[in-house]
Amino acid sequence: MSPAPTVTDSAAAARPFELVCPAGSLPALRQAVDHGANCVYLGLRDATNARNFAGLNFDEAAIAAGVSYAHSSGCKVLMAINTYPQAADPKPWHNAIDRAVDLGVDAVIMADPGLMRYAAAKHPRLRLHLSVQGSATNYEAINFYHEQFGIQRAVLPRVLSLEQVRQVVDRTPVEIEVFGFGSLCVMVEGRCALSSYVTGESPNTHGVCSPAKYVRWQETPAGLEARLGGLLIDRYAPGEKAGYPTLCKGRFDVGDEQSYYAVEEPTSLNTLELLPQLMKMGVCAVKIEGRQRSPAYVAQVTKVWREAIDHCLREQHRYAVKTGWMAQLDQLAEGQQHTLGAYHRPWK
Amino acid sequence: MKLSLGPVQYYWPRDVLLRFYKEVAASPVDIVYLGEVVCSRRHEMRLPDWIEVAQRLREAGKEVVLSTQVLLESGSDVASMHRIAEQEEFQVEANDMGAVRCLSGKAPFVAGPHLNLYNADSLQWMAGLGARRWVAPLEMKRTDLAVLQQSRPPGLQTEVFAFGRLPLAFSARCFTARHHNLPKDDCRFSCIADPDGMLLSTREGEPFLVLNGIQTQSARVHSLLRDFESAAAIGVDVLRLSPQAKSMMDVIGLFDEVRRGTRSPEDADRQLRALLPGAECNGYWHGRAGLENAAAEAR
Repeated sequence: MSPAPTVTDSAAAARPFELVCPAGSLPALRQAVDHGANCVYLGLRDATNARNFAGLNFDEAAIAAGVSYAHSSGCKVLMAINTYPQAADPKPWHNAIDRAVDLGVDAVIMADPGLMRYAAAKHPRLRLHLSVQGSATNYEAINFYHEQFGIQRAVLPRVLSLEQVRQVVDRTPVEIEVFGFGSLCVMVEGRCALSSYVTGESPNTHGVCSPAKYVRWQETPAGLEARLGGLLIDRYAPGEKAGYPTLCKGRFDVGDEQSYYAVEEPTSLNTLELLPQLMKMGVCAVKIEGRQRSPAYVAQVTKVWREAIDHCLREQHRYAVKTGWMAQLDQLAEGQQHTLGAYHRPWK
Repeated sequence: MKLSLGPVQYYWPRDVLLRFYKEVAASPVDIVYLGEVVCSRRHEMRLPDWIEVAQRLREAGKEVVLSTQVLLESGSDVASMHRIAEQEEFQVEANDMGAVRCLSGKAPFVAGPHLNLYNADSLQWMAGLGARRWVAPLEMKRTDLAVLQQSRPPGLQTEVFAFGRLPLAFSARCFTARHHNLPKDDCRFSCIADPDGMLLSTREGEPFLVLNGIQTQSARVHSLLRDFESAAAIGVDVLRLSPQAKSMMDVIGLFDEVRRGTRSPEDADRQLRALLPGAECNGYWHGRAGLENAAAEAR
């Protein structure tokens, strides 16, 4: 085993801090660029990316237009090719890597080691980011991908405490990107098969969790019911706000506890208040979740986060979250609630 | 075909575990995976205790493999993984790429079911690092596995998760602690009260999932007993049976009788159903939703 590389404070401090924003469509990409994203991330309209939602994502012409638009403002384009190529036909994934190079994207975000090997061998100058779907939560795993494939950045799954993030950053030369805002996934990404257990399709295999084609809504005397693959995920009382039936965000019965969010509440992760700490510990980028969201959503979230990051970069010691920022983000949050998630240890 | 016993996923008291492995020593399984794979807070057994159990199983003629924890969050999780990877007495099952890094080039190892090896490129890579056996992802269907079997690197054995509640997800949260309204760091080890996990049902009373600390399992019990022949036909080397709290030796016995040809898969399956803590499923093998229960297809 080789000794873990360390990163000095000054090296960490010299790194830029990037705001990475979601682009589920060309209009969303333009909004992100116009409102101050340093990077946008996008994917093809197929199972090669982990947000394979109907009606979203990009064809090649749209990527070309997006790259041109982003680059003219100095914004980078990252392309997510972050599902696992399936055994019977890995060609679409190989093609996606080749297209990414032809289209001039700045980096590809990947999870599959076989695909990374293909990319590193065929396109040695292509910048590789390890996707959150790669489930790398510790420095050994991240440094391994670095040694094997030359990855330059890793996105951490949303399961580590702030101190654990610090430990990872301290022991890897790889840039670390963390999630800052958006829907909260409490499972380790890349290690969750709940969706395929219910529907046969999962983020790893089909690039989608709780796919819309398996969702059924039904008005009943007991209330509005939301089903996924026939299973009752939630039932809403009259006047109660209904959410998308993501299977881990339903209300269930466990033991003598009836009808509670046994796995996860509908709430959004929001780490605005952790910004100074994230910067100080050498995290290099913060990612906004939400390729399935509207261009207006992307515009508002990007605007608030740009302002907060600029404020924090200017005066880290005097940084305080403005109530206006929080109010705007809570409007956009799932269930109008936010949490620090796993960054915050007492979280239940 | 060989039978393996996967690591115990639940938190069982020490004396229960020791008694269990005494029975395992006398059972017909060929390979035994040992160790805590779910939660580092579970301390009934420490590495020296596991090594002792491993030695006894080896004396009983079993191939023994020490499994590493699936989710490595803290520095101490990584340190525990290092201790397992650095011992040289037993082979190791790597359940995280960090563990693969520590084992590659050092000793032959088993690539666990949570490493996400879905395709030939990844499998080739893993074999090149020193894996001598790999466990297919739970979600993988028989037809995809059949494709991989055809280009399988020489010397690499294939193992399939063939029995037990499916370990579907790992989380930042401890759902058992959450159920008891306790923080994860002060969980009071409450999962020791649930030797088969805690059942989660839909509001219509349909058993759906099982909460086991930070792990979420299927409520239905995955079984490839009826599909034994189709697994044999594509050259699967090892079937993995995942321990449940009750009747595990009887379950092992049924799989053993089927592999020896002394009982038909259909007959064995009828017997098996009476021993399960939940309904049966095998959907993944048939390319369907994991919870489905498809008729066996001969191949």
